[in-house]
Amino acid sequence: MLLEVRDLHVEFRTRDGVAKAVNGVNYSVAEGETLAVLGESGSGKSVTAQAVMGILDTPPGRIAGGEILFKGKDLLKMKEDERRKIRGAGMAMIFQDALSSLNPVLSVGAQLGEMYEVHRGMSRKAARAKAVELMERVRIPAARERVGDYPHQFSGGMRQRIMIAMALALEPSLIIADEPTTALDVTVQAQVMDLLAELQRELNMGLILITHDLGVVADVADKIAVMYAGRIVESAPVHEIYAAPAHPYTRGLLDSIPRLDQKGQELYAIKGLPPNLLAIPPGCAFNPRCPMARAACRAEVPPLAEVAPDRASACFFWKECVGA
Amino acid sequence: MPEPERPEPPERYEPPAYDPLQPGKGEAIAPTGQGGPIDLALDEAESLEKPLGDDPTGPGPREKARSLWSDAWHQLRRNPVFVIASLVILFLVVISIWPQLIASGDPLQCELSKSQQGAEPGHPFGYDTQGCDVYTRTVYGARASITVGICATVGAALLGSALGGLAGFFGGWGDSLLSRVADIFFGIPVVLGGLVFLSVVTSTTVWPVVGFIVLLGWPQLARIARGSVITAKQNDYVQAARALGAGNGRMLLRHVAPNAVAPVIVVATIALGTYIALEATLSFLGVGLRPPTVSWGIDISNAASQIRNAPHMLLYPAGALSITVLAFIMLGDAVRDALDPKLR
Amino acid sequence: MPEPILEVRDLVKHYPLTQGILFRRQIGAVKAVDGVSFELRAGETLGIVGESGCGKSTVAKMLVNLERPTAGSIAYKGEDITKLSGRALKAVRRNIQMVFQDPYTSLNPRMTVGDIIGEPFDIHPEVAPKGDRRRKVQELLDVVGLNPEYINRYPHQFSGGQRQRIGIARGLALRPEIIVADEPVSALDVSVQAQVVNLLARLQSEFRLSYVFIAHDLSIVRHISDRVGVMYLGRVVEIGTDTQIYDHPTHPYTQALLSAVPVPDPLARAHRERIILTGDVPSPANPPSGCPFRTRCWKAEERCAKEVPLLAVPEAFRPEGAADPAADRAADRAADPAVEPAAGRTAHPAAHPSACHFAAEKRVVPGPGDLAAPPAPPPVRPDGPDVPGSPSKE
Repeated sequence: MLLEVRDLHVEFRTRDGVAKAVNGVNYSVAEGETLAVLGESGSGKSVTAQAVMGILDTPPGRIAGGEILFKGKDLLKMKEDERRKIRGAGMAMIFQDALSSLNPVLSVGAQLGEMYEVHRGMSRKAARAKAVELMERVRIPAARERVGDYPHQFSGGMRQRIMIAMALALEPSLIIADEPTTALDVTVQAQVMDLLAELQRELNMGLILITHDLGVVADVADKIAVMYAGRIVESAPVHEIYAAPAHPYTRGLLDSIPRLDQKGQELYAIKGLPPNLLAIPPGCAFNPRCPMARAACRAEVPPLAEVAPDRASACFFWKECVGA
Repeated sequence: MPEPERPEPPERYEPPAYDPLQPGKGEAIAPTGQGGPIDLALDEAESLEKPLGDDPTGPGPREKARSLWSDAWHQLRRNPVFVIASLVILFLVVISIWPQLIASGDPLQCELSKSQQGAEPGHPFGYDTQGCDVYTRTVYGARASITVGICATVGAALLGSALGGLAGFFGGWGDSLLSRVADIFFGIPVVLGGLVFLSVVTSTTVWPVVGFIVLLGWPQLARIARGSVITAKQNDYVQAARALGAGNGRMLLRHVAPNAVAPVIVVATIALGTYIALEATLSFLGVGLRPPTVSWGIDISNAASQIRNAPHMLLYPAGALSITVLAFIMLGDAVRDALDPKLR
Repeated sequence: MPEPILEVRDLVKHYPLTQGILFRRQIGAVKAVDGVSFELRAGETLGIVGESGCGKSTVAKMLVNLERPTAGSIAYKGEDITKLSGRALKAVRRNIQMVFQDPYTSLNPRMTVGDIIGEPFDIHPEVAPKGDRRRKVQELLDVVGLNPEYINRYPHQFSGGQRQRIGIARGLALRPEIIVADEPVSALDVSVQAQVVNLLARLQSEFRLSYVFIAHDLSIVRHISDRVGVMYLGRVVEIGTDTQIYDHPTHPYTQALLSAVPVPDPLARAHRERIILTGDVPSPANPPSGCPFRTRCWKAEERCAKEVPLLAVPEAFRPEGAADPAADRAADRAADPAVEPAAGRTAHPAAHPSACHFAAEKRVVPGPGDLAAPPAPPPVRPDGPDVPGSPSKE
């Protein structure tokens, strides 16, 4: 297994108390596999990724427990300079907002080349040649002429390609993409997702795709982990989760999005609001919003238990949910 | 997902036994008897009102209305910097109104025979060159500093925010004109300007100094006010008010001003400290306040030449000045922390 | 056929680009909106879709008079509102209200919810007598599904979805006939979006509202709209009923846009033909000659660079023998399926205005029947033996 996250806990200290952002997350990604982590804002999906990358702001954040195994070694036990070597060369991250993730005063060629100068000790000229190569790889037209341009001279889609190029520079075995296409228009989003999927296949990388968009997930993911209030509530291969969700939250999400190919009458709406991380409801965090909730759900936290091969659900009444 | 699989509203499931968090929820929905959409709407409506008050998952405890101002006040009260600074300032304000509370003597009553003598019982700070009690003079000196500081700040803030706010709100040539005029005032060197302007004034009151500081201070506040008005003006709620048909007066007073005033308050509080220092500088140079007004600047000026043989003469007024300026700057810092929306 | 309540003709908005500090001289213009026409009928929802920068938000601002159009007219019940000012404008504003995109910036953080929703009554005192206002505000809170007791709270005490409800309540206060909603749900969490969409749909039938619903999310637009207009670079390139646009698109841009939307169904992966456009949207300051889409279009020919295609029902789909409709004028009417049968002929399902010289139908959204049906799940057994008796042991 390329990456295994085991029972990860992350907390944030805030003015009003301790926010439990991640409460025991387990997931794994193999080479060449795409794991989609699906969740709303505050579900802990990005925080988990930041913990894996080692870019969590501490303080206020704190990893309160768990293991992150990358190629069998626990990243949390490593020294900072060991981890730094893995960052970039072993795993890389693509952010949502490409404009603020690129340095506005350096040309994109310099920023791409820097990766090679720092990690591989290449000369500036060789690094620049590598930068052009990378830009061609992510299909930026006229890469040779544009290598000296600055980030603001590129359009949103092109900037996101540069981000991808940067992540790919050292040929990492794992890419974490945090909402990589959310800020882009639909037609550009399609271009970028296609490119990402293609490069992943080509390089046989593991990909963790963090998103709230059920459409994007259906298009590219192999397996899905649905997060709610810092926990994974369901994980399953992509086909099965869409055909028969085994958690009421997943089902609610799937039913609440309008479909392009259908005109429904009324949308099913999950009632209520996402929970406040400072005061997660006792028992199953979803119980106040769940149509199936009963006494057991308020008394105890349902564990993420295997319900079928490769499938797990954190719902006591998953059978009803699959059948509903 | 084909249509028929859609989960129905809750009545399809067994109703929860007893739930203290959601009392009577089943009953609230079922009896409408109006079918799906209404039930769903009610369901959704009910669920939305829950989390704020009745549900522990809502934001915070059972909270009452909390305005941003009261939030800021709550935060300020817990900030030790603010508490210390405001206690110091409160003390300064009290002694500048009633100096006799802690100093029984008269600052202008001096005994030349005691010139430059050190501390003695009843006169803890010693005497200055003229033989006046340094302690009494230091206490009385607060009045001039505080008066100048507060009046100059209020004047500069009112003038600056009015001009800057209007320029920022309406834009156009008035805005360009104001910006250029402000630039011209920025170009005046403070000390040089003070020497020139104030040397022609003969009044011994604090008002010429206050007027001069306002004259030089308003452009800074006007810039801040203009900037924050322009930022506030771009918010959607101002557009929303305009779409409702609100006039300029309402938009400016009700929507823009309350949201633009925080940076002006912060900068003005910090500026207050620097204005007090400026007054002392001008008095030191002999163009600010003049005797018989008691001022720290004048005392520092008198003491400066005697620093070797009577350092206490310099130490106490200078210390008082530093503490005062520091207190206002600390207050400004604390206020900024509380009002800065980025921290919430 | 109901009379159009709002009739937009050849709306243009150019923002001048100037140079120089003292003497500003115009060196060009950003053509944000460049000739947009449509109409809105009472009680219907017109969706407007397009990518960022296509001018859809500018259209929204002009509809509610936040921007003055450079040219063109917006007729509300026959009266051109672009030239109004003062009292007459204020009266019209009562009837056309807006719901904003960002619920975090559209509510004044220094005002209580009661003041925010009550402000319309302060501005238009004739709507509600003073003593009545508090009750009216509470009614409005109730209508949008918020607890009326929250009247004294401040916006920051609410979540995004609740704030959007407050924004909707403010929009409803004056009982407008038209609500222009500019991306009303795109800033909200997925699970909350449906709540707000349902609320908007409920309010529409309750208050007989007409909506102009602007969004970049094509799925939501289809869900809520009766008719849909697709915008590209300041122009409407295609307009029609939701079925015409989604199931029978004839403009290449619409086809590309629809094919790019991810469908939340992994089974669709194999069935879908995606049209991946190359390049980016051209700058509205320097749009291409002729058809604005030609730089990214796979069908583009010489003619496209020379001639601006008019928004009209393409010849191929016109009912036989029909007089050549005076293109843009009749364009909108033709989009109404109710008009075509009146002409006595059965309309082609793709017969709706499309601004393309080579308009041709191309189905890009797989219909429900195109996908292999998922295995039917077993029916629910209420209280069946599957319910774990003691879940704690699981």
